[in-house]
Amino acid sequence: MSGVTVGVVTFPGSLDDRDAVRAVQRSGATAIRLWHADPSLHGVDAVILPGGFSYGDYLRCGAIARFAPVMESIADAARGGMPVLGICNGFQILCEAHLLPGALVRNQHLHFRNRDQRLRIESLSSAWTNSFAGEQQIVIPVKNGEGRFVADEQTLDRLEAEDQVVARYIGGNPNGSMRDIAGIRNEAGNVVGLMPHPEHAVDALTGPSLDGLGFFGSVLRHVANARARAGAAR
Amino acid sequence: MARVVVDVMLKPEILDPQGQAIASALPRLGVTGVASVRVGKRIEIEFAGEPDLAQAQQIADKLLANPVIEDFTIRVEPVAGTVA
Repeated sequence: MSGVTVGVVTFPGSLDDRDAVRAVQRSGATAIRLWHADPSLHGVDAVILPGGFSYGDYLRCGAIARFAPVMESIADAARGGMPVLGICNGFQILCEAHLLPGALVRNQHLHFRNRDQRLRIESLSSAWTNSFAGEQQIVIPVKNGEGRFVADEQTLDRLEAEDQVVARYIGGNPNGSMRDIAGIRNEAGNVVGLMPHPEHAVDALTGPSLDGLGFFGSVLRHVANARARAGAAR
Repeated sequence: MARVVVDVMLKPEILDPQGQAIASALPRLGVTGVASVRVGKRIEIEFAGEPDLAQAQQIADKLLANPVIEDFTIRVEPVAGTVA
């Protein structure tokens, strides 16, 4: 075991929390279940906001989850540098909480898309992608109805200029996402939002690849490096 | 009782595929000459006493609309059966 603990939040309507827990365990970390109504993060080193339909996706996806008691603690910790990964609905929550720029809206063609998707990793400078090779291509499942990333042109230009686009769809854009963006990071690189689902690609029996493990392995490395730096500074 | 009505619309520059789907169905009803359809949300907030517009503004800004993609308007509407 790595000694790294990763919290996985369950909201009412979360679907992929159990797969996220399994993915964390497969990567060699300890998974801690976090509950939306409990503001305590129980000392975890990183947090995953999983996919699903929190609060029934009422009003807008992620709009109500943003005000859950656990989210206040996560927002504070994220501003302090704690790694946070939002997958699908989790990405929507991070945008609603203004921890990431832009928004996720209805797919351009109005269809729910569920398929194995090829992506190109565009940035290694995030807590969740540092273990990939530059421009590495991966295949992980995508499944969303409101996964189209939108932002104003100025924001999109800034994201590209500052290396904040972490993954792009290739071989076909599943939802009309602007500039084929599948995932982004915040300025500091500790907060990442990703529409496709790495937690469903950690087991050869059920996933299209083991490519998803790269995201979870990256955060282990990020936490270990941060600990080594803190140790050296002592 | 007083009612505050909040209308939330996607910003003009944000693509509205739902509106487009509706617009493309109109010729099937024999309706032509519609240039565009856009879909929004209407939210009714009923206050126990006097309508608190400042509070309604806050509710709309923080929760009902996402300022990245949506605009909203607020107005007070008389509730049927009550004296305005």
